[in-house]
Amino acid sequence: MSPVIAIVFKDIVIEMRSKESVSSMLMFGVLVLTIFSFAFEPSSIERSLIAPGTLWVAFSFAAILGLNRSLAMEIDNDCLQGLLLAPVDRGNLYIGKVASNFTFMMIAEVIVLPIFVIFNNLKFNLQFLEIAGIAVLGTFAIAAIGSILSTISANTRMKEVMLPVLQIPLTVPVVISSVEATSMVLSGDTKGISSWLYLLAGFSIVYLTVSYLVFEFVVEE
Amino acid sequence: MRSKILGVLVLVLMIANLYMIFVFAPNEATMGVIQRIFYFHLPFGVSSYLSAYLLGFASIMYLIKHDLKWDRLGASAGEMGILFTSMSIMSGALWAKPVWGIWWTWDARLTLQFLLGLIFLSYLMLRAYLPEREKKAALGAVFGILAMVDVPFNYLSIRWWRTQHPQPVILGGGLDWDMWKVMMVSFCAFAALYAYLLDRRMAIARVEEEVEYLEHAILAHD
Amino acid sequence: MPDTFALESEDIRKTFGHFTALAGVTLGVKRGEFLALFGRNGAGKTTFLKIAATLVRQSQGKLRVEGIDTREEPERARRHIGFLSHNTYLYRDLNPVENLRFFSRLYGMPDSEERILALLDRVGLRRRASDPVRAFSRGLHQRLGIARVMLHDPSVILLDEPYTGLDANAVEILNQILDQAASAGKTIILTSHDLEQGLRAATRAAIIDRGKIVFDSGAKDPAIRDAYAAYIRLGVGR
Repeated sequence: MSPVIAIVFKDIVIEMRSKESVSSMLMFGVLVLTIFSFAFEPSSIERSLIAPGTLWVAFSFAAILGLNRSLAMEIDNDCLQGLLLAPVDRGNLYIGKVASNFTFMMIAEVIVLPIFVIFNNLKFNLQFLEIAGIAVLGTFAIAAIGSILSTISANTRMKEVMLPVLQIPLTVPVVISSVEATSMVLSGDTKGISSWLYLLAGFSIVYLTVSYLVFEFVVEE
Repeated sequence: MRSKILGVLVLVLMIANLYMIFVFAPNEATMGVIQRIFYFHLPFGVSSYLSAYLLGFASIMYLIKHDLKWDRLGASAGEMGILFTSMSIMSGALWAKPVWGIWWTWDARLTLQFLLGLIFLSYLMLRAYLPEREKKAALGAVFGILAMVDVPFNYLSIRWWRTQHPQPVILGGGLDWDMWKVMMVSFCAFAALYAYLLDRRMAIARVEEEVEYLEHAILAHD
Repeated sequence: MPDTFALESEDIRKTFGHFTALAGVTLGVKRGEFLALFGRNGAGKTTFLKIAATLVRQSQGKLRVEGIDTREEPERARRHIGFLSHNTYLYRDLNPVENLRFFSRLYGMPDSEERILALLDRVGLRRRASDPVRAFSRGLHQRLGIARVMLHDPSVILLDEPYTGLDANAVEILNQILDQAASAGKTIILTSHDLEQGLRAATRAAIIDRGKIVFDSGAKDPAIRDAYAAYIRLGVGR
C-alpha cells in the first residue's frame, strides 16, 4: 500500500470514529446557506443571482473548518513528527493530506449540495450534475492550497485564526471561477465556461506541484 | 555611505520630479489638473508589483541558501508592498472621484491591487505570529512563493470577471511627448526612492536582529 | 575503519535564531554500541537526536546513519532509524493495532499483522489491542510508543529521555526490549539526566554541555561520575 493511500485510509478510520471534520463542515455549510436565506428576500430575483455565491461561501468557509480539524489531529500528540520519521518523501505526505482533506470536503458537500438545490427551488437534473462537477474541481483546488496553508498556520500562535487569513486572499481565483461557472450553469448560458474550468484545473495543478516541492520546508525545523 | 548617496539622489530627483509634475507638465485636455495624479499613481502601482516579485525572488533564494539576509529582503519587500499598494489605491481613489464620480469600484485593476495589498498583509501577519526566527523565515518564504504563484491566477480570473479601468494610454502611444518626459523623471525619482527605502529597511532589520541577539545574550548571562 | 560506524556526525551545528543548540558535535558510534548521552535541559541532547532522526535540519555539518548521509538520502536513512521521544506520535482515536498497522504501511512492510501482535505481546498490550489509545495511561501510551519504534526493526535506536513518565512496569519492559536489542547487535543511543538509569546497560557514556561533547568514555569509567557531578549537578561555567 502506498503511503498516500495509507494516510487517507488512516484519516478515514479516525473520521469514522470521531466524525469531527465532516460534521463540523456540514453544519457550517448548512448554516451559511440558511443565513443567506434570511439576508435576502426568498422570492426575489437577486436571490437566484446570489445563489452561486452563497454556495461557494459555504464551501470555502466550511473547508477552512475541515482543514483546521484535520491538522489539529496531526498536531495532537505530535503525530506529524511520527509521519516525518517514516521513510516517505515529505511531498507524498502532503499529497496524502490533500487526498484525505478532499475526500472529507466532498462528503460534506454531497449533503450540502442537495440542500442548496432545495432551498433555491432548483431541479435535480443535468444542471445539478454540472454543478457537482464544478464543486469537484473547485474543492480540489481548495484542498490543494489549503493542505499546505493549514500546515503553515499550525506553526503559529492562534492557528485557527491564521488559516483563513492566509487562505482567503489566495483562493480568490478559485472562488471567482467557481462562482462564475456555477452562475453560467444556472443561467443556462455556458458559453465560455471552459476558460473558468481550465483556470480551476490549472490552479490545482500548479499549487499541487509547487506545494509538493516546498512542503519539506514547512515541516522541518 | 551608499545610503547617504542614495538619499541625496532621492532628494534631488524628487525636487526635480515635483517641478516637472506641477510646473513643467502641460494640462491634460479633458481631465485637466487631475491628470497629474497619474505621475504618482503609475510609479506607485509599478512599485507594488515590483515588491511582489522581489518578495517571490527573496523567498526562493532563502529556501535555496538558508541565509537570513534573503529573509530580510523578503520581509522588507513585503512592507514596501503594503506601502505602495495603499499609496496606489489612495492616489487612484483621489483621481477616480472627480473623473468617474466614485471613490471605488470593483474593476479588474482596482480589485487586483486591493487583493495584492491583502496578500502582503497576510504575509506580514503570518510572520508576526511565528515565534522563532528560522520558522519565520522558512514559512514566510514558502508563503511568499505560494503568494507569487497566485498573482497570475488572480490576474486572469479578475480580468475575465470585469474590466473598467482606463486602458493604459502609455503603451498605446497616446501620451504627449512632454507628458512622457515628466513620467520618465517620475519613474526615475520613485525608483531611487524605492531603492533608498528598501536599503534603509533592510539596515533596520539587521539592527533589530542584533538588538534581539544582545537581549538574548544578556538574559542568558544571568 | 569508518564503515563500522552506525552513526557518525561531523561537526554538527544548529542554531535557532540567536540560540546555539549545537556548537559542533563530532561523534562516531560503532555498530552494537550502547551510548548513554547525558546533559542538562537545553544542553542539546534532544536537538542532536532529532537531527540524527532527520526531524531537524542541521545548520552545518554532516551526519551519516549506517553510512547513509541523512541529508542526501533521508528516506533511505530513516529506514534504519527508530526514534522514541517524550511524545509518542500515536493517534488517540486509533487502537494499538490500527496505529501500528498505519506505521507499518508507511514503512512499506507487507504482512505485518503477525509482527504487530508479537510486538504488542512483548510490550504487554495484547489484551488492550482494540481499545482506543485515548483511554491509555501515560505508561501504556509509552509502551505502545516503544512498540512503534521497534516496528520496522531499526538498526539504530534513538531514545530521548525514555524513562520520563514511565511506571515501574513500563521501565522493566523498556529495559527488557533494550537488552534484547543490544544483544541482537543493534546500536542504541539514549539520552537521560539520570545517571544510574542511563548507565544501566550502556557500554559508553558521553556528556553534552552547551552544545558540545565535553566527556566521552566507556560506561565503566569511574570518571563519568565526577564529570556528571560537575556538568549536570553543579553546571560548570555557569
